[in-house]
Amino acid sequence: MTSKFEGTERYVATEDLMMAVNAAVTLARPLLVKGEPGTGKTQLAEEIARSLDKPLYRWHVKSTTKAQHGLYEYDAVSRLRDSQLGDAKVHDIGNYIIPGRLWEAFRSARQAVLLIDEIDKADIEFPNDLLLELDRMEFYVHETREMIQATHRPIVIITSNNEKELPDAFLRRCFFHFIRFPDAETMTRIIGVHFPELKRELLAEALNAFYKLRDVPGLKKKPSTSELLDWLKLLLADDIPPEALRTDDPRKSLPPLHGALLKNEQDVHLFERLIFLQRRQSRQ
Amino acid sequence: MLTPFFYTLREAGVPASVTEYLTLLEALQRGVARFSVNDFYFLARATLVKDEKHFDRFDKAFTQYFKGIEQSFEHLQKALPEDWLKLLAQRHFTPEEMAQIEALGGWDKLLETLKQRLEEQKGRHEGGNKWIGTGGTSPFGHGGYNPEGIRIGGPGGKGKAVKVWERRDYRNLDDNVELGTRNIKVALRKLRRFAREGAADQFDIDGTISATARNAGLLDLKFQPERHNALKLLLFFDVGGSMESHVRVCEELFSACRGEFKHLEYFYFHNCIYESVWKDSRRRHGERTTLFDLLRKYQPDYRVIFIGDASMSPYEIMQPGGSIEHWNEEAGAVWLQRLTQRFQRFAWLNPEPQDRWDYVQSIGIARQLLAERMYPLTLHGLDDAIRALKA
Repeated sequence: MTSKFEGTERYVATEDLMMAVNAAVTLARPLLVKGEPGTGKTQLAEEIARSLDKPLYRWHVKSTTKAQHGLYEYDAVSRLRDSQLGDAKVHDIGNYIIPGRLWEAFRSARQAVLLIDEIDKADIEFPNDLLLELDRMEFYVHETREMIQATHRPIVIITSNNEKELPDAFLRRCFFHFIRFPDAETMTRIIGVHFPELKRELLAEALNAFYKLRDVPGLKKKPSTSELLDWLKLLLADDIPPEALRTDDPRKSLPPLHGALLKNEQDVHLFERLIFLQRRQSRQ
Repeated sequence: MLTPFFYTLREAGVPASVTEYLTLLEALQRGVARFSVNDFYFLARATLVKDEKHFDRFDKAFTQYFKGIEQSFEHLQKALPEDWLKLLAQRHFTPEEMAQIEALGGWDKLLETLKQRLEEQKGRHEGGNKWIGTGGTSPFGHGGYNPEGIRIGGPGGKGKAVKVWERRDYRNLDDNVELGTRNIKVALRKLRRFAREGAADQFDIDGTISATARNAGLLDLKFQPERHNALKLLLFFDVGGSMESHVRVCEELFSACRGEFKHLEYFYFHNCIYESVWKDSRRRHGERTTLFDLLRKYQPDYRVIFIGDASMSPYEIMQPGGSIEHWNEEAGAVWLQRLTQRFQRFAWLNPEPQDRWDYVQSIGIARQLLAERMYPLTLHGLDDAIRALKA
């Protein structure tokens, strides 16, 4: 029986996330993780691998990635070159089959964690092409006529940013977890994990400024957890006192080092305008 | 034993399948969740719901189905701690909801009724298990206007007053997809019609390989024209007046369309389409394109999208001379019909929220004229519109 995932000292897992992970581990089915960018979807796989002490295979999907790339590729060009040079290797086609990430995870001596990152980046049909492989954890190599079967069914973590809808047939085979944006309480725990020596007042002020910023209506991109962590890192590096984060100072309209939080000049504009309006109102 | 629960979910609109249900049973058998409703809730959600926009429906159905189960472990409190209830309410109700409660006679009256009802229910449900007022329009209801509901039963075993599924954290996620340029582009991609036209200037690897093989290994190079989106699109934007409040979303749609389609023509109109439209708002009175020219110039394989709120006086559509800007010889309806006859594949995107459509007479008229091919300008609506355009 595999041990249970309960978060790590670097990763705060909520109750529902733990349940989803443990269900996926126990039944050896893929776990699909969705959520706002920067809520730690990719990191989850790393932490699962770390806490359960299993090797991790990462497969980062791009818009041009095909399902076949994860299984294996046949390097016809090298074989052609070798045949021109009269290399003896050329007689065995197996020499030119290059295993993909899925294959590597399948033949791992111990149970592995396989991360299929940002599956929604690929073509719409991509998940469909992996149905059987993920279901049965096996596939067939036509060139060498061999069946590749997983020695231990890997723990498959799939992340998606919701850019494309995933096919129903694919979804039915997965467990699903949506990482919610953490509430202030969870956020304090997350920050405690990353910056244990952070001063209490600075944390309170920073969180206050951060959630206020997220509440600004009409922001094109809301700052996420990872951006908050970056921002805190900068605040710490610059040794900014907590008082500076209270934006009552009329000369400074934006919180210090706001570049870490707002990544879009329209958002910065909008925020400045809102603050300006607010000031004018409060003066009247 | 859980099969009725499964059907409750399906009735509530959660698209759970039998495979997923079997997975849930398997997980239960393997002991993934034990002895705790909380665990079961998380497990069932991870297994049966695959889209966060259905979480809210799931939560509602879960509350409905399991409203009694948990209570069999807990004891109904005899006296209601009033302060605790007030505290609970203050924590969980939005100001609007509080205002509604005030409207019902304020807190004291509400609590009185609540106590009264509790007494009655205890009488009726000996050993039974029912939350107070889970049905209908009771102010204590779940899923009425009062979304949190008041749960009687004291703080649960884990010290949480409101259960996770009763918190309905996900109610904002239901159909609340923000429409950005990127989202629109992804949606528009479905409209693509790839075709190869023009000069053959791209190296064709597959063609070369098969030609070379057929040529007994002697290299035979093949070229082909570049592949691009051959779909042709005509856009008609309503500008000015009531459309001012939708400028941003229209801009986004426009910029997404421009990036996606090579054969794209756009025109502006005001409120309704009459005998001419224009391309440059600054010179709209000088340079106009007559609709007859337009109908002749563009082939019927163009798809047509109208973007407008269709909110105007019905005369502006139905009557000659009804336009608010000029004297139109023929009614807008006639011109709309000419357009839709020439271009069979069309859709009207309306930025007004769909639940308001029934209150605006002109929207109803326009929908009739457009054979009901009017869609809200949301991601979902855009998807439907694209389906209509493809058909």
